[in-house]
Amino acid sequence: MNIVVCVKRVAASDTVVKVGADGKSLDPAGVEFVLNPYDEFAVEEAIKTRDAAGGGEITAITLGSSDSEKDLRTCLAMGADKAILLDDGGAARDAYSTAVTIAEHVKGLNPDLVFCGKQAIDGDDSQFPARLAALLDMPVLTEVSTLTKDGDQLRAERDIEGAREVVTCKLPAVVSANKGLNEPRYPNLKGIMAAKKKPLAKVSVEAVAPATDTVSLELPPPRPEGRLFESVDDLIAALKNDAKVL
Amino acid sequence: MTKIYVIAEARQGQLKKPSLEAVTAALELAQAAGGGEVTALLPGHGLDAAKGELQKSGANNVVALDSDVLANYSGDGYAKALKDHLGDATVVLMPHSAMGRDLMPRLAAMLDSGLVSDATALHFEDGKFGATKPVYAGKAYKKSFSQKSVFCATLRPNNWAPTEGGDASVSDAAPSFGADELRAVVQEVMAAAGGKIPLSEAKVIVSGGRGLQSPEQFHIVEKLADAFGAGVAAVGASRAVVDAGWRPHSEQVGQTGKVVAPVLYIAIGISGAIQHLAGMRTSRFIVAINKDANAPIFKVADFGIVGDAFEVVPALTEAVAANVS
Ligand SMILES: Cc1cc2nc3c(=O)[nH]c(=O)nc-3n(C[C@H](O)[C@H](O)[C@H](O)COP(=O)(O)OP(=O)(O)OC[C@H]3O[C@@H](n4cnc5c(N)ncnc54)[C@H](O)[C@@H]3O)c2cc1C
Ligand SMILES: Nc1ncnc2c1ncn2[C@@H]1O[C@H](COP(=O)(O)O)[C@@H](O)[C@H]1O
Repeated sequence: MNIVVCVKRVAASDTVVKVGADGKSLDPAGVEFVLNPYDEFAVEEAIKTRDAAGGGEITAITLGSSDSEKDLRTCLAMGADKAILLDDGGAARDAYSTAVTIAEHVKGLNPDLVFCGKQAIDGDDSQFPARLAALLDMPVLTEVSTLTKDGDQLRAERDIEGAREVVTCKLPAVVSANKGLNEPRYPNLKGIMAAKKKPLAKVSVEAVAPATDTVSLELPPPRPEGRLFESVDDLIAALKNDAKVL
Repeated sequence: MTKIYVIAEARQGQLKKPSLEAVTAALELAQAAGGGEVTALLPGHGLDAAKGELQKSGANNVVALDSDVLANYSGDGYAKALKDHLGDATVVLMPHSAMGRDLMPRLAAMLDSGLVSDATALHFEDGKFGATKPVYAGKAYKKSFSQKSVFCATLRPNNWAPTEGGDASVSDAAPSFGADELRAVVQEVMAAAGGKIPLSEAKVIVSGGRGLQSPEQFHIVEKLADAFGAGVAAVGASRAVVDAGWRPHSEQVGQTGKVVAPVLYIAIGISGAIQHLAGMRTSRFIVAINKDANAPIFKVADFGIVGDAFEVVPALTEAVAANVS
């Protein structure tokens, strides 16, 4: 099994967002950056799949700046075999330019299976996995909650509005992981030590031009001051008269 | 001329309401762009009822891709069938649903175009199409404009109202390929028990957190949701209670759960951690019930009661039921 897992370094989920001086990007001052939480499920599933297949190789790949090396080391410490850092210095990209740039490199790796997270929690795009699949001419299973593999056949369950779908396809394929797909392991000391010796290639790249140009990033308007009530009757009155939901 | 296409979503032949919202968004955008033609493309099978609904949605044209090849959803199959009809598209819109998230990025890649997902507003300025979308889990909004000849967006549900009226010209078209060319295909749809409405479509969401103390006691949340009447309210949950196994992950609201924006969101025994707020802070009205007056949930709540859920919620349930019937 030749497995690729795509990971991204993102602002942590408890980040207090401040807009940068350019008016269109996050001010990174004081922000903690982490491996995208959904990508932890992707890495874990890659490891489980490789181990169940009785062997193979997992390549973790990211497009970002040199800071992303840390997150690739985390993937290696969890159990990935090697890593590739596509370093564009953290240029302004959109889902289009990210997917086109990464696809060029993933093609050359000839994967049987590519794992991604369902969504990067910074841009909240949910685009990359299906875009990558299109560019690699592969099927994609998105937002997967359970995955089973039987030979070259994949079977996934995914939540849709009010129901759960069973989707199947054949390898090679792209799979995006939802929360609940597995329990991602924490890297242990042995893993962390081993990760230091695993190969990590740094390739400098220039990302293709984005298809969309960001003009502004703005904070949402503050919510109006709330009102506290002593009694259920007062709350009901407010729901009726002010909110008009009853 | 500006040609705006809406990809309408039908499941088991039933048109999903956000498809009608997307037609409204398309009509508004066409108007902003100084006029244009709006065509709804409807892939699936057994589409007579859905076609009829779309005919009266304000769209200029409806094209049904009705074929047994497309009876079961296939992301690559639908994208391939739709692409043949998008040769002259300026803009392509679709609901930001599970299907939209699976299909549109693939289609956008095939059209070599940009895509703004989960858009809450569409724009036409200085000859360019663009959109605004929430990023960082709704903690900020990003506005961007297309640099390509085709622009795509998926639209957040509940953000546009359906348009009623009109009389579209309706036609049929069949995909140019057979079922053997489909790759990822839905084999089965397991419906949720009890015909409950999905979180993303519910007008009211009643959510519970660790303050409910046990899965048995969590049932007061379900009772309150039921009190709003059939098909109105859905039950949500904080991650704490999902991780504890009291509730399924499909009910989790927040950064690593669902992002929802109902008319009314009632948070019971939920502290209001930033990751939970990320999933519900754009709800129209927020009600918090919590025994701790300093709980952060009160900072985003429009209305609140500081008190014990086990006293407040049963009384509220009774009062809601009395007002609904
Ligand atoms: C990467 C990441 C992602 C996350 N994603 C999510 C997510 O998607 N969704 C999510 O919800 N969380 C998420 N979290 C977790 C989040 O940080 C909180 O831990 C979680 O939301 C807390 O759940 P809670 O409010 O139910 O529990 P608690 O924080 O324990 O709050 C319980 C509340 O109940 C109140 N209470 C207790 N007894 C009563 C009573 N009898 N009557 C009334 N009130 C009572 C208490 O005052 C308290 O405010 C995430 C965390 C991380 C790190
Ligand atoms: N810059 C990147 N480098 C590598 N993988 C990425 C990158 N951006 C997104 N991905 C992958 O695509 C998934 C979905 O991201 P997105 O489409 O941006 O929401 C992420 O969870 C990652 O697996």
